[in-house]
Amino acid sequence: MNLTLKIWRQKGANDKGKMVDYQIADVSPDMSFLEMLDVLNSELITKGEEPVAFDHDCREGICGSCSLYINGEAHGPDRLVTTCQLHMRKFKDGETIYIEPFRAKAFPVIKDLVVDRSAFDRVQHAGGFISVNTSGNTQDANSIPIEKANADKAFDAATCIGCGACVASCKNSSAMLFVSAKVSQFALLPQGQVEATDRVLNMVNQMDAEGFGNCTNTGACEVECPKGISLENIARMNREYLAASLKG
Amino acid sequence: MSGILNSSIGRKFAMALSAFFLMVFLLQHFSINILSVFSPDTFNEVSHFMGTFWVIQYLLQPVLIFGVIFHFVMGFILEIRNNKARQISYAKNNGGANSSWMSRNMIWSGLAILAFIILHFIDFWIPEINTKFIAGDMSGLVNPENADSGFRYYEELVHKFENPIRVVAYVIAFVFLALHLLHGFNSAFQSVGANNKYTKGLMTFSKIYAIGIPAGFIFIAIYHFLNH
Repeated sequence: MNLTLKIWRQKGANDKGKMVDYQIADVSPDMSFLEMLDVLNSELITKGEEPVAFDHDCREGICGSCSLYINGEAHGPDRLVTTCQLHMRKFKDGETIYIEPFRAKAFPVIKDLVVDRSAFDRVQHAGGFISVNTSGNTQDANSIPIEKANADKAFDAATCIGCGACVASCKNSSAMLFVSAKVSQFALLPQGQVEATDRVLNMVNQMDAEGFGNCTNTGACEVECPKGISLENIARMNREYLAASLKG
Repeated sequence: MSGILNSSIGRKFAMALSAFFLMVFLLQHFSINILSVFSPDTFNEVSHFMGTFWVIQYLLQPVLIFGVIFHFVMGFILEIRNNKARQISYAKNNGGANSSWMSRNMIWSGLAILAFIILHFIDFWIPEINTKFIAGDMSGLVNPENADSGFRYYEELVHKFENPIRVVAYVIAFVFLALHLLHGFNSAFQSVGANNKYTKGLMTFSKIYAIGIPAGFIFIAIYHFLNH
């Protein structure tokens, strides 16, 4: 496959940045998208040019590091995959592919396609945990009976890898799908009940403080989420937040 | 509870509540207007009741006006805040791949509806307020000097829809209303936290409401235009 790549190049956080065109030839349809970028970078280095900076880690679709906005969609045109699991066979020979960083005020660009997603860490630190006494008397979580339906929903919510595709896809740059998944995974389990009120209030307050936009229920996040996190979680977070606001 | 309207979830909850109120009002407005097709006399009677009963005039009408203003002011505020949340746009964005046109363009359908509301106020509401509270004529009669002249409401309605330009404007506005409701109806339920086993049925009902009610209003406008 021969492709034209239009890639966002930005030297640093304060650089203005621009789209730059690259030609790449003999791309195997069986390559992953990141492997294709590896080949491009190898060619750029050989020519003495600056390689394209992009985030990646596990390349198994579970770390949430890769964060590219490809042809107008987070993680590209495939569904339920991260960029590392996107293969070049999803594109046509001769196609022009736009590659941009995830765009949001709360996700500032560090370099090229790498964005700072530490806003998610701060939201998580605000309440995405349970406080457990680890003195040795902690009850084995597996010995606590939990209704199967709730256990399944909590597990589904917990599969969120915090990649930020929801924010990138949302026309409002809202982080509600991410935050709602983190709220839900505890809200559905008995271990999460003790701190439930503070958790949802603190996490939502932090989400707002980070500058994410307001959810308008377009559903783009759910479609683009590589882990299929459901909008049902946002509805649950809304309920949790409203109930907590009345209590608090 | 304090500061709930300053939170993203609180604001969407408030948007949803005002939307529910406006959707109930819309249904009530349609129910009365459709009477003009089947029974002008009943339409006149109900219109006179709505226009003179103090609970509706002095309690519900101000609440309605507040609801309308709140809904579009909050809509503007949310739109401005949301635009600020992404300061650099994508060079290529394929929004159609993951969301409906209606959901991405609520501000535009909303602005079209707002323009219609202004026209509608100029057409009906301001003359009505003028007749009742400036001229002081609470009789609702075509000729207040003549008790046998009959109610004026049906005649006024029919007279407005004699103008084809107005009919076209109303039809366009109601198409935008349908587009707004196609996303807004269901979205309001999601905002108040209702996403459960009933959601699928609710989505079907929301489509019926979102298309049916505006189509009904369009029918009324065209019916009176063609019959008079």
